[in-house]
Amino acid sequence: MNRRIFLKSTLAASVLLGMGGCSSLSKEYWLPTGDLGIVIERADGKVALVNTSQRKKLAEIEGLGDLSHASAVFSRDERYAYIFGRDGGLTKIDLIGRRIDRRVMQSGNSIGGAISQDGSMVAVSNYTPGGVQVFDSQTLERVLDLPAIGKNGKASKTVGLVDAPGHRFVFSLFDAGEIWLVDFSSGEPKVTRFEDIGKQPYDALITPDGRYYIAGLFGEDGLALLDLWHPEKGVRRILPDYGRGEARLPVYKMPHLEGWAVAGNKAFIPAVGHHQVLVVDINTWQEIDRIPVHSQPVFVMSSPDSRQIWVNFAYPENRHLQVIDADNHQHIQHLQPGEGVLHMEFTPRGEEVWVSVRNKNEVQVFDTQTFEKLATLPVASPSGIFFTARAHRIGL
Amino acid sequence: MNWCLVFIRNQSFKAMQALCVGGLCMLFTFAGAAQAQEEINAERSEQLGYMLKHDCGSCHGMTLKGGLGPALLPELLQGKGHTVDSLSVIIRSGVPGTAMPPWGPILKEEDIRWLSTHLLQSDLN
Repeated sequence: MNRRIFLKSTLAASVLLGMGGCSSLSKEYWLPTGDLGIVIERADGKVALVNTSQRKKLAEIEGLGDLSHASAVFSRDERYAYIFGRDGGLTKIDLIGRRIDRRVMQSGNSIGGAISQDGSMVAVSNYTPGGVQVFDSQTLERVLDLPAIGKNGKASKTVGLVDAPGHRFVFSLFDAGEIWLVDFSSGEPKVTRFEDIGKQPYDALITPDGRYYIAGLFGEDGLALLDLWHPEKGVRRILPDYGRGEARLPVYKMPHLEGWAVAGNKAFIPAVGHHQVLVVDINTWQEIDRIPVHSQPVFVMSSPDSRQIWVNFAYPENRHLQVIDADNHQHIQHLQPGEGVLHMEFTPRGEEVWVSVRNKNEVQVFDTQTFEKLATLPVASPSGIFFTARAHRIGL
Repeated sequence: MNWCLVFIRNQSFKAMQALCVGGLCMLFTFAGAAQAQEEINAERSEQLGYMLKHDCGSCHGMTLKGGLGPALLPELLQGKGHTVDSLSVIIRSGVPGTAMPPWGPILKEEDIRWLSTHLLQSDLN
């Protein structure tokens, strides 16, 4: 049964949508957005709009450019998604209009972004020419161009950009080995730099409460930790020697860190160059355990109830998916959904997980209790999956 | 799998320079690495093209215009003086001190030479 209400477009609606220069009247699809989500169709520059309760693909939105490694954040009203494309495109998608609202080419090459605490700004981190650009989330007009020139005087690629409480953005400089904190609380951006935080920070996470920012290091063992309640204490190194004395295995895909990897008082983090998931006590920041896993972990994600940790792997072992019990660190499931398992996204309360299986052109939906496959959606070269519930989570 | 020191002949200066970053010239090699290229059938070439676009593309960009890793467009590679041999060395052994891993452990020599050859041509898309 189709519950959509098709609103006939009116001139007023098109004015409200702010489509300056768009003369045609556009259709709107008035659905509650709380159970919507998007899936990046990386090969075709498209985004699939999905309904997470019906497990259905509703529409495809085209014209987003190179979407390899694309990610997304949502406006707090859950109407708009901001997609960060590899080619430097920042695209604002209207989930009600099912079309592109606005799009700007903001750099030559970007890697990800974040939306501010109040939803008024969207920040994008860039590889080429490096640095961070900040945009008005309504108009996509640029409000700040922040080149990331490190202590070494060179422009740096930026990674691990997240929003933090207090109208702040935090990101890391891959080439320069620094963490920068940009504070917008006074209206004017104020930048605090933390230098020499470690070699080649490759990604970062912020804990779900917005307190700790943790950057993973590729160039050496360990992670860099910044307490955002006490930035004056500076950045400290944690797990400095997790791989000491062991030869590093080749890393065929950079691991990712996301806010979801924190479960209760533990953080679960992919080891770099070791087939292990590291477990850290976030009260003491001491290592508790190393869980052996199938191969080089890429995403290590906690279910919303913090009970399960889902892990996918780098090429050529990316057909595997392992599930670990966050309580006792035992393996509880080993799935093989198909070649190219790129990303997982839990439904808001975690009863299901959606999995991108790139080479099979499928998104598979699993029950997180029985591990039964509940649905298969045809989606071309799916990568990132993003549900609108992210709109209300710090760091996502 | 055996690790051994090899002397590089006929490689470009660029590849030598890249390999010597970090002071390491340990190369992974297969017996018969210097042998003539074996035939790559249509199925394998399709797999390799897919891998180049999607898996190499996760760092170098799906259209090879760069990302965490440098752009790999044919004119750029040619402009830097790269050859099939020099690219094969980099793919096989990786670039120490960077995120480029050695692909020798998981790819055959003919796969590596196929990738190098096609990177230098403009026929991938």
